[in-house]
Amino acid sequence: MDFFGIPPQALFGQLLLGLINGAFYAMLSLGLAVIFGMLNIINFTHGAQYMMGAFAAYFLLQYTGLGYWWALLVAPIVVGITGMVIERLMLRHLYKLDHLYGLLLTFGLALIIQGLFQNEFGSSGLPYRIPPELTGGQNLGFMFLPNYRAWVVVVSLAICLATWFVIERTKLGSYLRAATENPALVQAFGINVPRMITLTYGAGVALAAFAGVLAAPIYQVSPLMGSNLIIIVFAVVVIGGMGSIMGAIVTGFGLGLIEGLTKVFYPQASATVIFVIMAIVLLIKPAGLFGRAR
Amino acid sequence: MIGFQHRVMIGLGLAGIVAPFAIYPIFLMKALCFALFAAAFNLLIGYVGLLSFGHAMFLGMAGYSAGHAAKVWGLPPELAILFGTAVAAALGLVVGAIAIRRQGIYFAMTTLALAQMIYFFCLQVPFTGGEDGIQSIPRGRLFGVLNLADMMTLYYVVLAIVASGFLLIYRTIHSPFGQVLKAIRENEPRAISLGYRVDQYKLLAFVLSAALAGLAGATKAIVFQLASLTDVTWQMSGEVVLMTLLGGLGTVFGPIVGAFIVITLETYLAHMGSWVLVIQGVIFVICVLTFRRGVVGELARLIKRPL
Repeated sequence: MDFFGIPPQALFGQLLLGLINGAFYAMLSLGLAVIFGMLNIINFTHGAQYMMGAFAAYFLLQYTGLGYWWALLVAPIVVGITGMVIERLMLRHLYKLDHLYGLLLTFGLALIIQGLFQNEFGSSGLPYRIPPELTGGQNLGFMFLPNYRAWVVVVSLAICLATWFVIERTKLGSYLRAATENPALVQAFGINVPRMITLTYGAGVALAAFAGVLAAPIYQVSPLMGSNLIIIVFAVVVIGGMGSIMGAIVTGFGLGLIEGLTKVFYPQASATVIFVIMAIVLLIKPAGLFGRAR
Repeated sequence: MIGFQHRVMIGLGLAGIVAPFAIYPIFLMKALCFALFAAAFNLLIGYVGLLSFGHAMFLGMAGYSAGHAAKVWGLPPELAILFGTAVAAALGLVVGAIAIRRQGIYFAMTTLALAQMIYFFCLQVPFTGGEDGIQSIPRGRLFGVLNLADMMTLYYVVLAIVASGFLLIYRTIHSPFGQVLKAIRENEPRAISLGYRVDQYKLLAFVLSAALAGLAGATKAIVFQLASLTDVTWQMSGEVVLMTLLGGLGTVFGPIVGAFIVITLETYLAHMGSWVLVIQGVIFVICVLTFRRGVVGELARLIKRPL
């Protein structure tokens, strides 16, 4: 059984890889969209914070012996707190200025974080082992499915949907959306908007760190792991538009799959296919697939 | 009566002419090429309000094109540089047509993503030499007369190229076209309501900026006899943002000052490896939080004259 001359193992293997990449695109672009909604800042540091999440998992294991499951809990909290400190100390002063300054500041922060880690750990990757509960895999007949990869897809989908649920269906989420539309009015109703902004940034950063922990056993833990990814995620955000949470999730997973398929049928283009799609989407629908007009 | 800015410009020109007797010319040429690059970038951010986070693609592609033309096709340096500039302009036309469909933050992300696409393109196609780049590009003889292997000759040629690029930008800013660009920056809906085809103005400005960034890249390739991947990375795009921000966004002389400061820093810190990244990041943060006018912007405020 072949698909256009491609053996099914190769096809499904690449599709799975694409799905995994898509899971990371979705989680990271979701965090960017949440942060952008509240703070009007494009968080360039997002890739570095994803990398910090992976390193936090690595440190926890090395210095405290806390394994993967603890890392999934602790790393996002720790990195999220550093995010809140950054928001309080720096980002806070930029809300009244042109949005571009937020981009420039977070770009600078990303350089600092990446530089510090590169200085300490070089550019090569550090291994992080798959937790024993998730080693091995399932033979599905048409392909071999490693347990850990299945876990990543399932848990990232769950996280994405939970985020969507919190924002679109809960009271907290309605405060958030209201504060995005009109912060002054929400503040007048007695809700502490500045604190909400801090927590939102912290949550978005924590989401990135969580993705980083998930990524640690798949990709190696390396100072460079976030910087190339964040640019792809930017393209994902431009394609999806930042207006819709569901849009970010669908676009992320969809583009991961398309990238996987490209790797099967035309590998030379796999590194660039998302950027090409971005260019096409901009030509046809400048606001993005799910975006509202600027 | 010569205006204040003109006097500053004449002063800078004279300084450029005597500088190689005091300072290592290779360093000066590097800083000059980056000054032109930053000035081209500043044309967009400072006068149209568009932040391009992918300008390295024009610098790098022009460098590759000029290098290929000079080395493989054996073109004389002036044609190689012209060819590199033309390639950058054509790339600018395509990228600009896509990118100007969005504004502000989205424009920045789009240019960054497209530049990354160009980076992967350069990494894969054979003519760029992949990780090695194009090495030992011949400098040749300019117009068949001036031997560019001579350091001083080369320096004055570079100075002339950069100065003419800079003058072109200066003329553009102060032309009616430049006034319309500023109007778009200040209030785009009003510019549209006044009947200006805003998109055409933006696109033309983008192409001009890309071409001048290309001129800088092509010249740099001939000077250093090297075109490499470094010049198309996002780090390079970030560096030109840093130079312009540090010198002063939207000031005439800011990009030159910023480029000289950043290149000096890099030259002295070259042995420190990744700390350069950290220091650049710290400068970014300080500039954005407390020093948004940049060096030249603050200076202009002190002496109460536009610079």
